[in-house]
Amino acid sequence: MTEIDCLGRRCPIPVIELAKAARSAPVGEVFRVLADDPAAANDIPAWCRLKGQEFLGQSGHAFEVRKIKD
Amino acid sequence: MQRRPVAEPDTDAQALPTVAHYSTRPYRSVAGSDLHDSGHAPDACLQQPDDTVSQVKNSADPAGAASYFDAATAAPLHPVAREAWHAALDDGWADPDRLYASGRRARRLLEAAQAAVAESLEVRPDELSFWPSGTAALHAGVLGGLAGRQRAGATLVHSAIEHSAVLHIAAQHVAAQQGDATSVGVDLLGRLDLEAWDAAVSAPGVALASLISASHEVGTVQPVEVAGAYCKEAGVPLLVDAAQTLGRAPVPEGWSLLTASAHKWGGPPGVGLLVVRKGVRWRSPYPGDDLFRPQPRGAADIPAIVAAAASLRAVLDEEDTEAKRLSALVERIRAEVARSVPDVEVVGDPENRLPHLVTFSCLYVDGEALLHALDRAGFAVSSGSSCTASTLQPSHVLEAMGVLSHGNVRVSLHRGTTAEEVDQFLAVLPGLVTGIRAEAGM
Repeated sequence: MTEIDCLGRRCPIPVIELAKAARSAPVGEVFRVLADDPAAANDIPAWCRLKGQEFLGQSGHAFEVRKIKD
Repeated sequence: MQRRPVAEPDTDAQALPTVAHYSTRPYRSVAGSDLHDSGHAPDACLQQPDDTVSQVKNSADPAGAASYFDAATAAPLHPVAREAWHAALDDGWADPDRLYASGRRARRLLEAAQAAVAESLEVRPDELSFWPSGTAALHAGVLGGLAGRQRAGATLVHSAIEHSAVLHIAAQHVAAQQGDATSVGVDLLGRLDLEAWDAAVSAPGVALASLISASHEVGTVQPVEVAGAYCKEAGVPLLVDAAQTLGRAPVPEGWSLLTASAHKWGGPPGVGLLVVRKGVRWRSPYPGDDLFRPQPRGAADIPAIVAAAASLRAVLDEEDTEAKRLSALVERIRAEVARSVPDVEVVGDPENRLPHLVTFSCLYVDGEALLHALDRAGFAVSSGSSCTASTLQPSHVLEAMGVLSHGNVRVSLHRGTTAEEVDQFLAVLPGLVTGIRAEAGM
């Protein structure tokens, strides 16, 4: 699992960092994004939907995403 | 001393004010000295012209927008509104509750405006009241609707995509332990979940239901008539916030209370409408003499109300033509943005939508940066992204839909918008998005 710490950083930075990390990672990789911007709870699942990736869930300020396609 | 009865004709009865009288006068420019044609001698204080406005007009603003695409916030003033407003200034300043001649003239003017708006809305004049803004009308409608039904219940049912004025009332209602609030969700296109709505309004203890006629943020038209039928079945009055629909598309049926806002259709700011149908219980949430008849506190801005009435009539006359024209421009934006901007989500219902409004979100783009870049390029738009909000919260509408909230742009057009402006916007947008993404390393 790759952790991406975006605590204290405003949207769209958490989504940008997630996209950058996912770009070079193999399919199947799980990312744990730490983000406390209020928009992250909406935008990380929306990114998964738009990009065809799997949103695994949210717990507090942690969001888990699995890369399921290149 | 004997008081003159109110009904006695004024000495200048041949010039009784009506909205038609005010709105059919030929247009006269603001700067022209012919504004004072009512027999008044120019006041000595006017020999030294006031420069309050010209100071602002002549100050340099590096971000002056040439193409205004934010009609859903405030539409530019309709020429009929401008004309009627000026014409009403001479008679509309007095207190319409006073019994002397100038007060009676102001009263007649207010009543003429009331009759004209009532006719436009196909309601009775005594069902209609004017408020100092759309938000004030919405507050009066929801709070008064809740108060009027206290004996029936204390729950407010509302969609998750209402104007924030309704959501603020809901939050206060719950926080003050006056009752509950049930928020009914929408789908990915922003359409009300009718099944959940039916269940919510059918629950025991519902005082009032509130539904926006069409989303002010994404343009999706709501199924008001079906939602209203569920309310009727449950015996719950429905308030419809028609601010974005009135003047753009036919206002749906099935409501008990209706609100709107003049500056959304090209009337002046500072005029809100509330219609409470006969037989619907409404109790004033404000201190005042008359608790059961909606009327705003304090003096009404009669010239602005006359301007609102006159422009509403004019706007409704052009509604079909303008709706077709703007809808085609919106369709062009929807299609072209999706084609020319990579990683973009055009949100809202593509079919059942307002004619003049379109919203899209660009992945990896800071909404505030895009808004400022567009402003520098000469385009005024609004955004539901959190970085553009004073609260730093993303738009509750985009959240309720579950669509991307960053990089969000709302474009809303008006009667002055040209196809050339839209083409220019579509030409510059992809480059601005690419530039902002490049700065972020995307």
